[in-house]
Amino acid sequence: MSTTNYNINKIRADFPILSREVYEKPLIYFDNAATTQKPRQVIDRVHRVYSLENSNIHRGVHYLSNQLTEAHEKARETIQKFINASHSHEIIFTGGTTDSINLVTFTFGEKFVKEGDEIIISEMEHHANIVPWQMLCERKKAKLRIIPMNEKGELLIEEYKKLLSDKTRLISVNQVSNTLGTINDIRQIIKIAHQRDIPVLIDGAQSIQHTKVDVQELDCDFFAFSGHKIYGPTGIGVLYGKEKWLNEMPPFRTGGEMIQNVSFEKTTFNELPFKFEAGTPNYTGAVGLEEAIKYISDIGLEHIEAHEKELLRYANQKFEKIEGFKTYGTASDKISVISFLLEGIHHYDIGMVLDKMGIAIRTGHHCTEPAIKHFNIDGTARASFALYNTKEEIDKMYDALLKVQEMFG
Amino acid sequence: MATLDEKQNEIIEEFELFDDWMDKYNYLIELSKDLPEMDPKNKNDKNLIEGCQSKVWLHAEMKDGKLVFEADSDAIITKGIIALLVDVLSGRTPQEIVDADLYFIDKIGLKENLSPTRSNGLVAMMNKIKAYALAYSSKQ
Repeated sequence: MSTTNYNINKIRADFPILSREVYEKPLIYFDNAATTQKPRQVIDRVHRVYSLENSNIHRGVHYLSNQLTEAHEKARETIQKFINASHSHEIIFTGGTTDSINLVTFTFGEKFVKEGDEIIISEMEHHANIVPWQMLCERKKAKLRIIPMNEKGELLIEEYKKLLSDKTRLISVNQVSNTLGTINDIRQIIKIAHQRDIPVLIDGAQSIQHTKVDVQELDCDFFAFSGHKIYGPTGIGVLYGKEKWLNEMPPFRTGGEMIQNVSFEKTTFNELPFKFEAGTPNYTGAVGLEEAIKYISDIGLEHIEAHEKELLRYANQKFEKIEGFKTYGTASDKISVISFLLEGIHHYDIGMVLDKMGIAIRTGHHCTEPAIKHFNIDGTARASFALYNTKEEIDKMYDALLKVQEMFG
Repeated sequence: MATLDEKQNEIIEEFELFDDWMDKYNYLIELSKDLPEMDPKNKNDKNLIEGCQSKVWLHAEMKDGKLVFEADSDAIITKGIIALLVDVLSGRTPQEIVDADLYFIDKIGLKENLSPTRSNGLVAMMNKIKAYALAYSSKQ
């Protein structure tokens, strides 16, 4: 795939943090699956809100409040267009993916899940897409069913089909695994579920920054993602939900902003999306996220995807040359995440030494203990690439890994 | 036997020889090899401290009024740091351990490894060591 016209130097210059050093070494940031760095455009936007625009929104009669309310709602529309939702009120602002999933468990879950019902998730889910369902199942005496995966880290669709029954109330799976990099065939998962009218939630925390998401085309019922993983601010996230579900779901958190009328006898709730957005919204996060979306849209997600695929290809062929290098997660369709171990060396030791060479990776179970246990290991070292990473950085990591082997060999 | 602080100062002096991180880590790797092997019967689940990143095993025993520690880790650098801690703390009276100010960790630049945000089992190990020492010192 061609990555010409992709102005990597210009892109890197947009990210102030990429020019800093750690331990007097140039920073190589390969922990993008944990969080991405922020371009100047996003930082400036957040700075501008606090410097010139700050005011509480949706309730002011004054100039600043009106202006920022408009900016906040415009951010919602930008996100709507970005994921091609039918309505802007299907975009609920949350604190992040975890918050979005919790919202569904406490609203959809409370209303529609009864004793004996079943929720289906997969073996490769992040703890954020396991524990909220586990807690819901405990509250409701419902059962959690798990779609298994094969040794490559691919979900077994035939097994998934067998799990579906009249008891199934919802399916919640990630589009992309943060640990294995697998891109799941969610189109098929959704299609199969819909044959039985079962709704599907997609955890998009690891997909939205790498590939084009069209919620209408996917026909998912819910889609959750975080701002900070798509070059936006922390503390802002999105839950997309089909209007028909959101209307039927009871409110989650309650308080100001989400009400229509309050008296001591009875409170009536506001319409969508405000019904689910109690309290002062994170408007700074929302407009910062909008700026991040504009930023990647300007580059073009298809160009980003091509660049990252090339980085993955390059890193794979480079790292495979290292004796004892083993990749965990070898699905045929993957995003730019490499989970690995070097034979006989603990992942924490790999991470500690790379850190001192200025290379930021993540080590451990990556909040996916069941996925890690599948491979009978305690954890992996994980390098995850983003739009600003380069082959030269991968070369440096390759050298660093050889150094690690020399030290611990 | 050198006092606890003499031991700490010795370690600080040794680490002053290293001017880069790789030398320090190489030294910790060497130390990890010198750490006496744990008695297999003590390397059990009861003595396991499960960190998010690395596992640590700690066994404590009272011998002639002194606390003797055996410890291990599955990660080598963690194990090297354990070797230093065992070297400084093992064979001391509970009171000495309770009163110990472990300044050497900071001085040799390994403080981050004993920070609660590093889930490598070392903080939990230190808490356990202190708890043993407290329990025994109050018994005396």
